[in-house]
Amino acid sequence: MSRERRRLLAFVPSAVLLGGLLVWGLWDIPDFGTAHHEYARWLTGHVTAQRHVSNVVSGVVFDYRGWDTAGEEVIVFAAVTGTALLLRTTRDPDVEPTRDVETSDLTRRAGDVAVPLVVLVALWTASFGYVTPGGGFQGGVIAATAALLTWLTGSYRRHRALTPVPLVDGAEGGGVLGYLLIGCIGLLAGSAYLANVLPHGSPGALPAGGTIALLNWATGVAIAAAMVLIFHEFLEEHLLALTEREEGR
Amino acid sequence: MTTALQAASYVVVAVLGVAVVVCRDPLRQTMVLGIFGLTLTLLFVALGAPDVAISEVVVSTVAFPVVLLATISGTRHGGREQEEDR
Repeated sequence: MSRERRRLLAFVPSAVLLGGLLVWGLWDIPDFGTAHHEYARWLTGHVTAQRHVSNVVSGVVFDYRGWDTAGEEVIVFAAVTGTALLLRTTRDPDVEPTRDVETSDLTRRAGDVAVPLVVLVALWTASFGYVTPGGGFQGGVIAATAALLTWLTGSYRRHRALTPVPLVDGAEGGGVLGYLLIGCIGLLAGSAYLANVLPHGSPGALPAGGTIALLNWATGVAIAAAMVLIFHEFLEEHLLALTEREEGR
Repeated sequence: MTTALQAASYVVVAVLGVAVVVCRDPLRQTMVLGIFGLTLTLLFVALGAPDVAISEVVVSTVAFPVVLLATISGTRHGGREQEEDR
């Protein structure tokens, strides 16, 4: 029996089995938009009244399931730290990426306009996260793309100067630590960990949601820093590869 | 109830999803993956999940492709070496 045929023999039954399982599992799920899901119905009916946030998703992520998000924060922190450790140990600390492209005046000017605009969008997305769709995670990633734009429209040196390592590392650790510490406010008030004990404000306003607002910002800072840190490490690899290639010729 | 926009989004997502798998060249695949992310964003908007859509659009069209491109550049000499071998 040829290799191709054996692969096919393994593939077809498993594809049919897995596909069948998937169809069987999805067969009875309620139609999209129907209110059969008890948890969803309860949340849409109670979140705004209980927590004074108009974006139910943020209420779930930073309050009702705030403990899950705490776990996710730690996962992101561990993943980013692991990646940075792995890439930094395989790099020669004495070799600096010498290859840096200076962009044209026009590109730099475009960057001067685009970067503040993207930062503004990031701040808006993050700060109104519990009022309208958005939130700390989304705003954080958008902020990191602004940092990336400083490299694309300026130079790598400029990008690294605008995002110094102590600031990025501090924000990454500080954001995650902040999230975990905000959870302790509940403990100090004699309630459960991550309990929303702060004043809730009025729905639709920026000072609303109690700890939801604080956790939202902690997440934004942590995620923005995590993304910038990842970009640093991968860009460094990329530029070192370019430098080596040029020196090799 | 499925609206026309939702149905169209499902179809585009299915087509682009297959396109990502069929693409063999990593550089091209990165680009197709970005477009696939955009169609997923459209689907999430059509399904009334704007929060997920915002996450999807920044992660799949900017953050993930940048990491992939940098990795391709670092491991495969940006695809240039292979072409010279031919």
